[in-house]
Amino acid sequence: MTKALDVKDKYVSDFEAFSANGESGVPQWLQALRNEAIERFSSVGFPTTRDERWRFTSVARVAETKFALANGERPSIPTAEVRQHVLECGSEQVLVFINGRYSEELSSTGGVPEGVIACGLRQVTGSGLETVEHHLGKYARMTDNPFTALSTAFMADGAFLYVPSDTILGDPIQLLFLTASGGRPVVTHPRNLICLERGAAASVIESHVGLVDDMYWTNCVTEAVVRDNARLHLYRVQRESEQANHTATTQSYQSRDSNVALTTVELGSALSRHDINAVLDGEGAECSLYGLTQIQGSQHVDHHTTIEHAQPHCSSWEFFNGIYDEKARGVFTGRIVVHPGAQRTDSKQTNNNLLLSEGARADSQPQLEIYADDVKCTHGATLGPIDDKALFYLQTRGIDAEVARNLLTYGFGVEILNKIAVAELRERLDQLVHARLDDGAARRRAKNQC
Amino acid sequence: MTSGVEQHISQPYKYGWSTEVESDVVPVGLNEAIIQLISEKKGEPEWLLQWRLNAFRNWLKLKEPTWANVRYEPVDYQAIHYYAAPKKPKKLESLSEVDPKVLETFSKLGIPLEEQKRLAGVAVDAVFDSVSVATTFKEKLAEHGVIFLPFSEAVREHPELVRKYLGSVVPATDNFFAALNSAVFTDGSFVYVPEGVRCPMELSTYFRINAASTGQFERTLIVAEEGAYVSYLEGCSAPMRDENQLHAAVVELVALRDAEIKYSTVQNWYPGDEDGKGGIYNFVTKRGDCRGENSKISWTQVETGSAITWKYPSCLLTGDNSIGEFYSVAVTNNHQQADTGTKMIHIGKNTKSTIVSKGVSAGKSQNTYRGQVKIMKNAQGARNFSQCDSMLIGDKCGAHTFPYIDVRNSSAIMEHEATTSKIGEDQIFYCQQRGLSAEDAVSMIVNGFCKEVFRELPMEFAVEAQNLLGISLEGSVG
Repeated sequence: MTKALDVKDKYVSDFEAFSANGESGVPQWLQALRNEAIERFSSVGFPTTRDERWRFTSVARVAETKFALANGERPSIPTAEVRQHVLECGSEQVLVFINGRYSEELSSTGGVPEGVIACGLRQVTGSGLETVEHHLGKYARMTDNPFTALSTAFMADGAFLYVPSDTILGDPIQLLFLTASGGRPVVTHPRNLICLERGAAASVIESHVGLVDDMYWTNCVTEAVVRDNARLHLYRVQRESEQANHTATTQSYQSRDSNVALTTVELGSALSRHDINAVLDGEGAECSLYGLTQIQGSQHVDHHTTIEHAQPHCSSWEFFNGIYDEKARGVFTGRIVVHPGAQRTDSKQTNNNLLLSEGARADSQPQLEIYADDVKCTHGATLGPIDDKALFYLQTRGIDAEVARNLLTYGFGVEILNKIAVAELRERLDQLVHARLDDGAARRRAKNQC
Repeated sequence: MTSGVEQHISQPYKYGWSTEVESDVVPVGLNEAIIQLISEKKGEPEWLLQWRLNAFRNWLKLKEPTWANVRYEPVDYQAIHYYAAPKKPKKLESLSEVDPKVLETFSKLGIPLEEQKRLAGVAVDAVFDSVSVATTFKEKLAEHGVIFLPFSEAVREHPELVRKYLGSVVPATDNFFAALNSAVFTDGSFVYVPEGVRCPMELSTYFRINAASTGQFERTLIVAEEGAYVSYLEGCSAPMRDENQLHAAVVELVALRDAEIKYSTVQNWYPGDEDGKGGIYNFVTKRGDCRGENSKISWTQVETGSAITWKYPSCLLTGDNSIGEFYSVAVTNNHQQADTGTKMIHIGKNTKSTIVSKGVSAGKSQNTYRGQVKIMKNAQGARNFSQCDSMLIGDKCGAHTFPYIDVRNSSAIMEHEATTSKIGEDQIFYCQQRGLSAEDAVSMIVNGFCKEVFRELPMEFAVEAQNLLGISLEGSVG
């Protein structure tokens, strides 16, 4: 505990240094926002498992390590290494971030249509662009989550995407966050802002990739504002190093008849906590959240979702599947809040968990808070091992037990992968999941032989 | 043992409320001296006094829980009389003196006339003497060796049994309200069913007439020995008015090998008036321990009363192959708030649990299901099925579901389902079309919604519970 307090104080003094040099040339509104955030963080500190919202996830790993701000470090990374993480489709609209900082030379924005702005957040915060001041930090509530407060205090860079009215982007925009810690524990606070004006449509792929197998910490916040009739497809792939820590908040805010679909795939990091908050604040808005977690070893992934139905006639769907092998642990909390007056809400939530081994563990807390009467809300959660009968059936057809297990496991995960509309991304994730399942099978075989 | 019970039954009732009237009021507040005084007045042995004091010392260290989804004015625990012999109810001469509203409720519940008199405190005719009915029952119980006594008598008659099991399921330090109860509990029931005995009748507080008035801090302990079976009914469907606002009861059940306990509750305490004034705070800790192999504990509850309910009947499935069940109907209307549910802790192998919870909210009430299913590391082959449905009547009420699912064994299978919906307008319309009033239609639809739970209630209770539901929801439509 005292250790965590120490670390907290370190961030507070880091903040003073951070706002004094280099970051001092920022506009006043941003400085005010940062100050407010650090004040908030210094008053609450890191959450503990005594906190209801953090009951099943201990962040001691993060709270007791002194991470240095990854400021200005630009390890040179060969373009080829970067390109292998880039999809062919929309390869001319890629924003690359190295250790949380936008890299102009590695990014390629040639394919971005006229009127659309896709650039580093740092490039626009000082530019007087009203959209940024108007939206940045307005949706992800720092009072809800100390990590959001910390992100707001230290926000310096990230992606900024602005799609003007009635503009439809065909190919996805790719945001690639690469971390190469360089041997010491560093923290990055990437901060993204996505604004879709009336009738705009875009898909965005946010990938977090660890380049070295090291201990570092990514604390990412993405805010998305989706105006009337706009549609946003957001894909999020977390492939951090298996030593790393990843804390993130994805906050969306929707107006009338808008549509947001978020698909999140969690494969990496030792400790990952992803808060997804969706606010439906316009009649007829729709929101779907899909999540796939496939982890092993002693990885820990926690999804904490909140969908707020603030207006009538909104719909939301939520499907989260988790696959936990070895000593992995998964946590899911899904809150659906229907505000007074949000009549005709239609909301469905499903959380399925597959426990592949003795040591795996899963916790699930679906929650409904309903303050309106004319609603249709359901949630369901299941937890269990692979169906013995299905396994037996495949074996009777001559399929090796390990292969059969993987087939069934893949079938469980593919429900979520099928929601991905970008074919290339889906293929790549397919391969990744397969490769990880094969690895697991190989390890089990080796273990059985010993 | 049997003869001891018989002897006890045949002797005139000595220790009840009636002999200790007026003079027996301890000063307001709670401290060690008060607890000593209570213990002394009840003539308790030293170990029980020490147990109470220990609970009290722990209570001082505990904080009142705030996690429940209920809001109420803080209770001043130093402003309560922890031991006040109840005032002798004023005997009324005939039913015409009783509040007509109460009578109306009685007739809706279908309570026989004589029974109505007894409940309303009217002097009972010689023809219908419920005391003699109870005595017949007691003789029958004694024949089978079943012990069914008020708690304080059990402490005197069977100290070894009470000492062995008291606090073994709900320790004195368990939670704020349980600790408070352990320190100051005044009375309750003690049931002991010996090995291999199937209790010949449904036990009910209803027939325990010598201690029928509901204690503020009730303590119930039920022990079923190997292969025993007992069904226990608590409460009464008739409206209970009580001057005490705070109720903190503790119920402990112990089921040994192959034993089965069925515990049914119908709770209809005063919920406060239509504006949410008054009403009882019901903060109860109920827990059963399936200690032996193949044992079974089943909780059934129909909760319609109380201004605030904070109640989670739980099962510890310790023995292999043991079974836990929880069936609940919680109805809230006007300004009532209920935060209720269950905990199923799977510890032994091949343990099974079923949760069926039905919540109905109307008026401006808030109804919360909060439950936990925990499957421990060694609970191979554990199985759980949970279903929580909520129904909303009116647009000012709330229905909430907070299940906690924690699985630490990969061979366990658990399923959870929850739905929330509005009462179907087309269904009401259909019923009205067939000549039913809107109120009857609602009552019918809600009864259908709760059928799975009512099925679990003992026969006569089930009928009353259905009528009760209709009354609780009165005035919630139109």
